[in-house]
Amino acid sequence: MTEWLNVIMQGVLIGGLYAMFAAGLSLIFGVMRLVNIAHGDLIVLAAYVALTVTQTFGLDPLTSLLFVVPAMALIGYALQRLLLNRTLGDDLLPPLLVTFGLSIIIQNGLLELFTADSRKLQAGTIEVQTFQVTQGVWVGALPLIQFAVAVAVIGGLQVLFYRTALGRAFRATSDDQSVAQLMGLDTRHVFAMAMALSLAVVAIAGVFLAVRANFDPAIGPARLIFGFEAVIIGGLGSMWGTLAGGIILGVSQAIGAQIDPGWQLLAGHIAFLVILAVRPQGLFPRVSG
Amino acid sequence: MSLIASTVEHATRSSRIGVVVIGVTLVVLALAPFWGERQTLRLLAEMYSFVALASLWNLLAGYAGLVSVGQQAFVGFGGYLLFWLVIVSGVHPVAAIFIAGPVAAVVAVPVAALTFRLRGAYFAIGTWVVAEVFRLLASQISVLGGGSGISLPAAAVIAMAPTRQAREFEIYWLALALTVVVLAAIVALLRSRHGLALTAIRDNELAAQSNGIGVMRIKYIVYVLVAFGTSMVGALIFLQKLRISPDTAFSVNDWTAFVIFITVIGGIGRIEGPIIGTIIFFVMRQTLSDLGSLYLLIMGAVAIVVMLWAPKGLWGLIAERYGWQALPLRRHLVLTALDKKAGSTP
Repeated sequence: MTEWLNVIMQGVLIGGLYAMFAAGLSLIFGVMRLVNIAHGDLIVLAAYVALTVTQTFGLDPLTSLLFVVPAMALIGYALQRLLLNRTLGDDLLPPLLVTFGLSIIIQNGLLELFTADSRKLQAGTIEVQTFQVTQGVWVGALPLIQFAVAVAVIGGLQVLFYRTALGRAFRATSDDQSVAQLMGLDTRHVFAMAMALSLAVVAIAGVFLAVRANFDPAIGPARLIFGFEAVIIGGLGSMWGTLAGGIILGVSQAIGAQIDPGWQLLAGHIAFLVILAVRPQGLFPRVSG
Repeated sequence: MSLIASTVEHATRSSRIGVVVIGVTLVVLALAPFWGERQTLRLLAEMYSFVALASLWNLLAGYAGLVSVGQQAFVGFGGYLLFWLVIVSGVHPVAAIFIAGPVAAVVAVPVAALTFRLRGAYFAIGTWVVAEVFRLLASQISVLGGGSGISLPAAAVIAMAPTRQAREFEIYWLALALTVVVLAAIVALLRSRHGLALTAIRDNELAAQSNGIGVMRIKYIVYVLVAFGTSMVGALIFLQKLRISPDTAFSVNDWTAFVIFITVIGGIGRIEGPIIGTIIFFVMRQTLSDLGSLYLLIMGAVAIVVMLWAPKGLWGLIAERYGWQALPLRRHLVLTALDKKAGSTP
């Protein structure tokens, strides 16, 4: 019994990480209907930026966020302004194929610079600290911090979307781009800000991913798929739904892995396909209208 | 008042030349075993497979608007089905290729039912998830070597043809024939009533729907037909390789990234595009492959540049500038005045 409680607890905590993968994806889809195929590779890129920063300046991974987050946000702004804005329009194909090309460029660029070796960020003693929740159920300090950060990120995005001028600009452009433009919004800038914010979230997710497990240049696409599954399970357009989606995916994977290690990923995909079959709008879709 | 009769013609002068050129090329290629080295044959057979895969993806994404990044699901499915049929059921390898098509079509029906619930770009990632599920399931099949894969048993290989040379000729002709059949089927489809509907969907989906085209039904049919063809090609590819593993069979790089690159460079939404694209891709691969991962990086960059500045690809540029078409696909109205003819007869 406590064994299963532990498994589910691990699943919930890693679900926070998946929710962070998903939040950035969901954000830009909401604002500009862009699905970024390179999203997973950008997460891995953030991990490598963090690796370089920690090695060069001898920083600990969590402190490196102070550098990685603004750096990735800047990359996001430039990427949108210089490249991705040109792809937006009625046609679905250009953004999809350009981000697909970008994914290949990032993967092979990282391979060229850092080789295919597995890397990991060392966070020191915090990695091994655990405490007991109840009899026989243990929680690691790092997964707990990561989950708390995920909740804070999602809550922060929610506040930003509904309480700030930038959030209003996001929602206005999302509802009707041409009217937003008529009201004096520069949509090219709004889109670039959305991508900057998305990659800021990607940066946090990338650093936690790098502390938690080994990474190499090829693992991006799988992270994209996890994020995407969390978005669809949770329901399009809902930030808290995305967190729930991430948790469901994490718990499914943990349960699958407990039954048979070969079933970890399969169990997650099956959970996604079942939700898609029985409730294609997701569990908590934003009320439409 | 003059009476006018109208007929619809497909052929133009360029397409008549095109058909002759294609015919001559096909004869030369069919005779390749008599003029080509073993290496040339292998390379050509590989090119045929990519022409077929890219043409099928082009039909799916370029015409039906179903941008899938998960067609490796059906390439791998065809390959694995062939290995299963040969190793477990003792079926002849060539017969297994023909079984792979219909079985994949049956599998594609529930896959489409699920993935069609996702719109647009999310559909793309949904198809990728399906391919991942296929890959993970394939690595659970212990009779076929699980995660590390398996080779085709020597007995089955020898059953195909007694000598290595005869086998290679057989696979070469099979690859050429399969690609010709796939292309011919696509041309026939596009020239049919459904083809007109597909072209309408390609140009403007909303307008097509408002003119009474059952868009979803046609998309469904195209998805299943493409799965049929892709799976047969997949079976043939792995019969040529003689070895299969989950990672090679369901590789997103080999069977989707390269295929998309070929189609985009050549010209998406045009039947000639994948053929031109395959030639460019293989020229690039032969000249740049020493660069390792840098070569893939260049390929990604070229694809982005083409998508942004020449979205119709190389053939699109040529077709628009000169009005060429290599195959008689376009419809144009031919008007003839009837009263003139009527006047000439007493």
